[in-house]
Amino acid sequence: MTNLELQKKANEVRKGIITSVHSAKAGHPGGSLSAADLFTYLYFEEMNVDPKNPKDPNRDRFVLSKGHTAPGYYAALANRGYFPVEDLVTLRHIGSYLQGHPCMQETPGVDMSSGSLGQGISAAVGMAMAGKMDGKSYRVYTLLGDGEIQEGQVWEASMFAGAHNLDNLVVVVDNNGLQIDGNIEDVCSPYPIDKKFEAFNFHVINIDAHDFDQIRNAFTEAKNTKGQPTAIIMKSVKGKGVSFMENNAGWHGKAPNDEEFEVAMADLAKIDEALQKEV
Amino acid sequence: MADKIATRESYGNALVACAEKFPNLVVLDADLAGATKTGIFKKAYPDRFIDCGIAECNMTGIAAGMATCGKIPFMSSFAMFAAGRNFEQVRNSIGYPHLNVKIGATHAGITVGEDGATHQCNEDIALMRTIPGMTVIVPADDVEAKAAVEAALAYEGPVYLRFGRMAVPVINDAANYKFEIGKGITLKEGKDVTIIATGIEVAEALEAAKLLEADGISAEVINIHTIKPLDAELVRASAKKTGKVVTVEEHSVIGGLGSAVCDALAEDALAPVHKIGVHDRFGESGPAGELLKKYGLDAQGIYKEVKEFVK
Repeated sequence: MTNLELQKKANEVRKGIITSVHSAKAGHPGGSLSAADLFTYLYFEEMNVDPKNPKDPNRDRFVLSKGHTAPGYYAALANRGYFPVEDLVTLRHIGSYLQGHPCMQETPGVDMSSGSLGQGISAAVGMAMAGKMDGKSYRVYTLLGDGEIQEGQVWEASMFAGAHNLDNLVVVVDNNGLQIDGNIEDVCSPYPIDKKFEAFNFHVINIDAHDFDQIRNAFTEAKNTKGQPTAIIMKSVKGKGVSFMENNAGWHGKAPNDEEFEVAMADLAKIDEALQKEV
Repeated sequence: MADKIATRESYGNALVACAEKFPNLVVLDADLAGATKTGIFKKAYPDRFIDCGIAECNMTGIAAGMATCGKIPFMSSFAMFAAGRNFEQVRNSIGYPHLNVKIGATHAGITVGEDGATHQCNEDIALMRTIPGMTVIVPADDVEAKAAVEAALAYEGPVYLRFGRMAVPVINDAANYKFEIGKGITLKEGKDVTIIATGIEVAEALEAAKLLEADGISAEVINIHTIKPLDAELVRASAKKTGKVVTVEEHSVIGGLGSAVCDALAEDALAPVHKIGVHDRFGESGPAGELLKKYGLDAQGIYKEVKEFVK
């Protein structure tokens, strides 16, 4: 896909996030929006997956370690064809297969249940380890929040991945700088994030989370990196694309009301218009 | 009677014995392979063994991730860490997705001995049986431990197996012995009282029953190797027959075998239940055998309590 096509898809993913969280009257739009470009790139460009065969043993795997941003994950999966986009409005409703946090038994395309922070990365490491043991060529991707890396288990998993030279693993950190209680630096600073992963024997790449050239280059570099796992630290804007949500910790885990929903969708429509003008 | 052997040793041997039959079996440990006896497997199948280092929570996630890729991971640590430290990881990363991970927890209960309270887990059965879909097995001896490992591997879904450090006698050497997950075994028929035991307490309960017999008390002895799903049918039938039930476990009386049995009998108050176990307290350092005696978990202690209860 061209960058323009990816941008358009990412905007569809953002609409899915706003629509589903508004319908659920609960959920986590901020961190879903900051990672929307990443979700889009993974499912439309990077990963070797087939929505018609979601359990293919040779497929690439993705674990959403920051599981609360399921709305972004679901919107990407739906747009990729795993299930109907229309179903996104059932998010968090009773009986829906779109649970508040990812559930692998319920949702087509979800490779691992997650949501308790710090645990997803360990599962991703296990998948990468199994691939190495079996001599398979699939790759494993996992997305963590920058607040999430305060969890000690993240570093247990990173130590293992670095020690076992898991070059089939890519750990992405969504560095939007905000967590529930405020700025990550004020709560309990995880910085420097890149130096920490370097110390755990990762190949580290710093990028802008909303620049598809940088995203593309980073994943290509990761693929060409042998003998060690890669960590991509992506500087992002929490709430990206929705004016009143951007860089506002208050939108970490809150749904827009009807009025706010209209404003948010209008913001995204404007992005669509701007993208239509580009050729 | 054969020589005594610790169920952790039986576990290590069983892993090796099952390796060819279950080619997807991989074994994970967290720097305790010598003690948990997964080291026996490591020596035989080094390519199928992963030492995760001292990081039990990460080991749990790794096991879960490997299970999603078709492996059958057996992950090991002491019960205190495998179930205690790891509770939330086991619940969310293994239990919730109902992944095919087996947890081989060794050094359960007070018979850890000299290491003392920090390492004597008397709460693991209680923790694990609250997780939806988790099977909980406590083998009594060498024969049962080996059979349980194979049955767990053949079963699809998460299983918690509890093994001990202390060498125990072999009691399940009968030719017709058969292990089936969820099926209790009546080892001795009786009419005055039912003694339901699990793990290493089964042998002690059998000895206690002999002492009771000499006093004219006829005790039925049931081995409940699977705490969950509990063989409620067998438990209820025996309770109905004798009218009195005693449970014996090397575990807290809160949430373990005794509680599971009470759950099975409570609705229609089939029989009064007396629970023998660790009574809302921590353990302490000392030789395993002496601790069993001090905590009333040896044959003599069981004999005295049952006699008082049926009086």
